[in-house]
Amino acid sequence: MEESNRAMLRARDAMDRAYAEPLDIPALARIAHVSEAHFIRTFRATFGETPHRYLQRRRVERAMTLLVETDRDVTDICYAVGFGSLGTFSRTFRQIVGDSPSDFRRRRAAPANVPSCFTKAWTRPSSFG
Amino acid sequence: MDKQQVRATLYGRGMTMNAISRSQIYVLDQDEALDFYVNKLGMEVNTDQDLGFMRWLTVNLPGDPEREILLEKPGPPALDPATAEQVRELLAKGALGGYLFMTTDDARKTHEDLVAKGVEIIDEPTERPYGIDFGIRDPFGNKIRVGQMFPRA
Repeated sequence: MEESNRAMLRARDAMDRAYAEPLDIPALARIAHVSEAHFIRTFRATFGETPHRYLQRRRVERAMTLLVETDRDVTDICYAVGFGSLGTFSRTFRQIVGDSPSDFRRRRAAPANVPSCFTKAWTRPSSFG
Repeated sequence: MDKQQVRATLYGRGMTMNAISRSQIYVLDQDEALDFYVNKLGMEVNTDQDLGFMRWLTVNLPGDPEREILLEKPGPPALDPATAEQVRELLAKGALGGYLFMTTDDARKTHEDLVAKGVEIIDEPTERPYGIDFGIRDPFGNKIRVGQMFPRA
């Protein structure tokens, strides 16, 4: 279990680090040294959500930060965080955050000045209600 | 204020603690931990002593022996085997909370050195409002943050 958990963590770390790259299941399964089917199942059992969903939340969390802290336009941010189309980005963002990217930008102020790793972990939209 | 004045002030407030001298993180293998923290991160062994009931292994940053990190292996009798197993599993999935924050004069150079040594980078060096920092993961699942901090306003 420890070894499996550590391998899943390594794959999750890769998503945190390289969220903007076109990460796919084969690439992540290779990082974890398991088959693709096994990877999705085991990741979900370890972290409570699919790798796809984790990556979406990571990208949306980055987008939330960029929307609040920069003036870059929404399309630019969509591609910068790794989404392939504005439609998917807007739909996913609204589904996870409950607001459209531009509405979110209007409502939010910049967060307090704490180490970014904590902001990252605690501002990430939850899958768990 | 110098250290003595700070202490006098703290005592005046009824606060008698004056330093964080040791912190603890769990590791799964103390030899591997030693190799990682000393040979890769460049820390020094402070104490490595077999106490019979446990191996007391602490490290510190060079020149800072007043602040030690205890690299403790979870297991019986301190923890029952089932609990130790849970601790190991949580550590391995990055959920145990072991977290070290260190500072450096040059984050990008430190990052380069660690990459060359094969350390797992989880967050590339990035400029933040408070400084330039990056994240690494130890072999067991603990997180370490290394920051080159800007002077505080």
